[in-house]
Amino acid sequence: MTDTDTPSAETATPIRPVPAPAPDFVVVPARHPGRWVVIAVIAVIAAVVLRSVIINPNFQWTVVGHYIFADIILMGLLTTLWLTAIAMLLGVVLGVIVAVMRISDNPIISSAAQFFLWFFRGTPVLVQLIFWYNLAALYPNYAIGIPFLAPHLLHGSVNDLITPYTAAILGLGLNEAAYMAEIVRAGIMSVDGGQAEAARALGMKRITAMRRIILPQAMRFIVPPTGNETIGMLKTTSIVSVIALSDLLYSAQTIYSRTFQTIPLLLVACIWYLGVTSLLSTVQSRIEHRFSRGHIRRSR
Amino acid sequence: MSNPLVEARQVIKRYGNVEVLRGVDFTVQQGEVACLIGPSGSGKSTFLRCINHLEKIDGGTLTVGGDFIGYRQQGNKLHELRENEIAAKREKIGMVFQRFNLFAHKTALENVIEAPIVVKGEKRQEAMEHARSLLARVGLSHRVDAYPAELSGGQQQRVAIARALAMRPELMLFDEPTSALDPELVGEVLDVMRDLARDGMTMIVVTHEMGFAREVGKTIAFMDEGVVVEHGTPERLFTAPRHPRTRAFLSKVLKA
Repeated sequence: MTDTDTPSAETATPIRPVPAPAPDFVVVPARHPGRWVVIAVIAVIAAVVLRSVIINPNFQWTVVGHYIFADIILMGLLTTLWLTAIAMLLGVVLGVIVAVMRISDNPIISSAAQFFLWFFRGTPVLVQLIFWYNLAALYPNYAIGIPFLAPHLLHGSVNDLITPYTAAILGLGLNEAAYMAEIVRAGIMSVDGGQAEAARALGMKRITAMRRIILPQAMRFIVPPTGNETIGMLKTTSIVSVIALSDLLYSAQTIYSRTFQTIPLLLVACIWYLGVTSLLSTVQSRIEHRFSRGHIRRSR
Repeated sequence: MSNPLVEARQVIKRYGNVEVLRGVDFTVQQGEVACLIGPSGSGKSTFLRCINHLEKIDGGTLTVGGDFIGYRQQGNKLHELRENEIAAKREKIGMVFQRFNLFAHKTALENVIEAPIVVKGEKRQEAMEHARSLLARVGLSHRVDAYPAELSGGQQQRVAIARALAMRPELMLFDEPTSALDPELVGEVLDVMRDLARDGMTMIVVTHEMGFAREVGKTIAFMDEGVVVEHGTPERLFTAPRHPRTRAFLSKVLKA
């Protein structure tokens, strides 16, 4: 009722019955002379750097070529890759569980999750790694069984159980879980409360609503930082050299400690790290695309 | 006045120290359309959300089909139910929200089939057929594969109604279903609701659409400051309101 003046406004500026002919103007795009200056500067810097990289004999590119596909390097790369994969898998699965525990209504469950976060986020991952590796110093033997009835169903020496591999997986995975839990929790909180409410009103149980409605939408916010974490993990795995696991970097170090070709071998390691990182970035953007369902307007 | 489908007696709801519902009495018969009107903050929406136990009540009794939604009655004791047990009881109560709350990562059709499949365990094929017929009923056969973001507000709300209907509810709750819509889209949603009412669905509608309330409502309840101040047939309430607060409210909204 308030917009009674709209019709009169329309009659005041009547719509042209015949479309006006296209005006004879030519649109001249805006000029950006500054861009050309910047391009020139960057081109010069790039040329200088590239020239020195090629010409400077200290890079020893022939040595790089010699070692890039060496067995020991490839074995190290393999260790780095599967360690990254398993630590991230453990981190993501445990992270989701801890995140869901953290937002639980049950104060005991939520406190337990908070304690987990506090501990594993609050101590250096290097310390955790060494700690797991030396667990036998704390508990020389282990026994799994039913308390009082059959306490020793499964037992043995902790030293046999904690190999460098299990120590690396536990150290990296548990630490990652703490970080992932916060990422997942942020993702869950970013989903509008109305979604959970609609799910509840339709009779869904909480776990069903979480799995079917909340988490799939939270993924949009979870995937990008998880990509970061994965790439970070790829490089963090290099600290397992302290417990004598031969990852990519450690393998390179083993060679140059013998041959003193430090720079080219570090280059070998970097080339592989960069290669894998590039691959992971591609995978990440694919996954992001998958979880952006309903948020990208499709052309009809 | 045989047996009411929804019966509320002295329902009380508090948020901390604030008493939002201060003894609501309200009944709805099977097949009836009841409209809840009143100023914002009067507790209409809160009361609606108490009916399907999205909000827990702090006093009084509230039954749907003679059944306590949040409790199990055993003699003179009411045992509070766990969230998952309440979830099962909500199946028969459909709810439509002001802000639609469609699942953003699912198409219109997927929104409608989701609960029948995961809650009721319906077969996908059956659920799809039912969903298609419901979407046709709300006039959206041509948009079944659209995501919520690709639909207008009115279309989203119609999908939301179809989604609630897919659970074959005995009762439909509408929480200001047209308040978030552009004015020109209100009509299409009200048409769907009118159609539902004609088919005999029991509906409780919290609304600011006085025209709709008057036309479709069988009873109107006016709420203010956490109580039902007055209720009656639309003719009576709109033409001869008894309570001064009802009169004040109606004179304000009907003049606009």
